[in-house]
Amino acid sequence: MSEAGGTTGGQRPPAPGPDAPGEGTGQVGIVLVSHSATVASAVAELAVGLAGGGATAPVAPAGGTEGGGMGTSAELIAAAAAQVDRGAGVAVLADLGSAVLTVKALIAEGEDLPEHTRLIDAPFVEGAIAAMVTASAGAPLDAVAAAATEAYDYRKE
Amino acid sequence: MLDAEFFCRWLTLAASWVERDADRLTALDSPIGDADHGSNLLRGFRAVIATLDEQHPDTPGAVLAVAGRRLVSTVGGASGPLYGTLLRRTGKALGDAVEVDRDELAEALRTGVDAVAGLGGATPGDKTMLDALVPAATALRTSFAAAREAAEQGALATTPMLARKGRASYVGERSIGHQDPGATSSALLVAALAETAGASGEEDTSGE
Repeated sequence: MSEAGGTTGGQRPPAPGPDAPGEGTGQVGIVLVSHSATVASAVAELAVGLAGGGATAPVAPAGGTEGGGMGTSAELIAAAAAQVDRGAGVAVLADLGSAVLTVKALIAEGEDLPEHTRLIDAPFVEGAIAAMVTASAGAPLDAVAAAATEAYDYRKE
Repeated sequence: MLDAEFFCRWLTLAASWVERDADRLTALDSPIGDADHGSNLLRGFRAVIATLDEQHPDTPGAVLAVAGRRLVSTVGGASGPLYGTLLRRTGKALGDAVEVDRDELAEALRTGVDAVAGLGGATPGDKTMLDALVPAATALRTSFAAAREAAEQGALATTPMLARKGRASYVGERSIGHQDPGATSSALLVAALAETAGASGEEDTSGE
């Protein structure tokens, strides 16, 4: 079981102001799906750390299988999404293969995940940080998704 | 005609064949994948059978929907969402009918196979389960036996292919010369379907 632990911003975020953006009432939630529980929770921790102080958006890792092995668990994904859902949508970032396919299958079936859950086409680590910074600033799901996808453009040479 | 019982018998037989062949599927997955296909499918099909025993869905569509849902939630590898989507979409296409004939199943299976292609983004020739499923869905319009033959030939035909999707695509040229584990398990499922139809005297009940 990958616990969200200290990286989730476990406390509910402060109530949004009257002009709060987003489709709902709170911040966009972020779910990080990796084949590895360690990778998912470490990236969540990194994203929270780099998002700076203040009230960070809710984030939950969904890493590995329920048995603690390498792989993907639909149940862990659904639980993480429910945990971070504040009514403003949930942005899901996944590493590859079964992580991506499981999220897509769950979204396509329209069950098990909160309304306005979206798989974001983004690099896992950089995208998670971009999503976290944007969501923590109170941006709506579209903007969070765009910021995470834009992380593909960040060149390193 | 094919009723809920028929589909339960099919999945039960498929589960026992997955059990029998799990080591072979995992072995196929070792040189080009991450060596978990057999064990993943085994876990998924055991869960499917347990759930069917518990819930007794009463239409073919419901049996496939329940089974697909269990596969998505228990397999833990890419074959979970792929086979799960195959069964759920096929089941959904069968609707609420209490019985279906082979032609209706062939049409529904085509819908399911298309959904798999949409989910994974693969096309025939990419060395995936679609290389067995696409010809099988077409041949099912002729007979169950033809579907089995088409799926088995399709799986064998993946050996010389270069993998273009999934984990196997990372090994590039080294994927050539290995039969695709997903196409192999797909052929196994179609073979179990034909076996169940033969044992049920269903081979000639529809179509032609």
